[in-house]
Amino acid sequence: MAYDAVIAETIGIQGANGDVIEAYSARPFDGAARGGVVVIHHMPGYDRESKETVRRFAVEGYNAVCPNLYHREAPGAAPDDAAATARANGGVPDDRLVGDVAGAAGWLRSLPNSNGRVGTIGFCSGGRQAFLTALELDIQGAVDCYGAFVVGEPPEGFPLRVRPLGDRVGELRAPVLGMFGNDDAHPSPAEVDELEKLLQEAGKEYEFHRYDDTGHSFFSVDRPAYRPMSAVDGWQKIFAFFAAKLGGEA
Amino acid sequence: MCTYSTEKLDVERSSGKGAEGWFPLRTATVYYDHPVHAPDDHTVNIDFLNPERGPGARVAVELSLDSAKALIEALQVTVERAAHH
Repeated sequence: MAYDAVIAETIGIQGANGDVIEAYSARPFDGAARGGVVVIHHMPGYDRESKETVRRFAVEGYNAVCPNLYHREAPGAAPDDAAATARANGGVPDDRLVGDVAGAAGWLRSLPNSNGRVGTIGFCSGGRQAFLTALELDIQGAVDCYGAFVVGEPPEGFPLRVRPLGDRVGELRAPVLGMFGNDDAHPSPAEVDELEKLLQEAGKEYEFHRYDDTGHSFFSVDRPAYRPMSAVDGWQKIFAFFAAKLGGEA
Repeated sequence: MCTYSTEKLDVERSSGKGAEGWFPLRTATVYYDHPVHAPDDHTVNIDFLNPERGPGARVAVELSLDSAKALIEALQVTVERAAHH
């Protein structure tokens, strides 16, 4: 039998401004050289589903970590209470997000078994934030799962601190994998078309997969939005992408 | 849909009952997004909060769209009646 132990635990990492924030990490135990994945949680928070995703990456052969993006507003709070507090405060500022993910990437690279390569993946609001990290950070790949407002303007009077990133596509520093549902409204198929056009015009490396009969949040196994066929194919695409970019096993 | 759609209002001279009993309310956020518990992809969510007392000082509801509409009507009727008191 193959040795398949993983460790999963809550840790402290240094995030934006040098703040120590809570994070959840899972890593293979066998000592082989590994790529790292930063999981960026969705707006509803640093929750059980996000932690399950972290463990999944460890089981698939990656060192993985998910920073608690709401740690500063709500240390130790229940994930839903923390998400409510963060939302009432206007959400997570982009510069703080970048600093927290940079800290998580640095922590992954500091691990004795790190192969030096790190990717990011985010879901929903985290999809846009994963794209943002590909603009800002030294990473080897980013996966945007149905992130809204990568292109497209938020409505007027919008209270959360979100701005589109379409005008910055030329700054992209890492290949992007995008996963989208064709029934999604945010991002809409037209917005995904627009982003694809911008990537093509800028000559950037990207790979998009777009699923019919599939809306937003189709990877969420315990929500009505779950689409098993799309999600199963989507996970295969994600692991193939990270295998190619981070040197893990497909 | 990843709706960041959020309305925020101040709440005054009002109270809510949370996990640790009654507390004064300061703000409410109203948004249409993924619920934690209700069995729909998206719900109308309301968080009544008191930030001074920490993240746990929260009364939360997740309403189906139909229930939210019914609540609006009930609030409207009630507020109008109250004006005649």
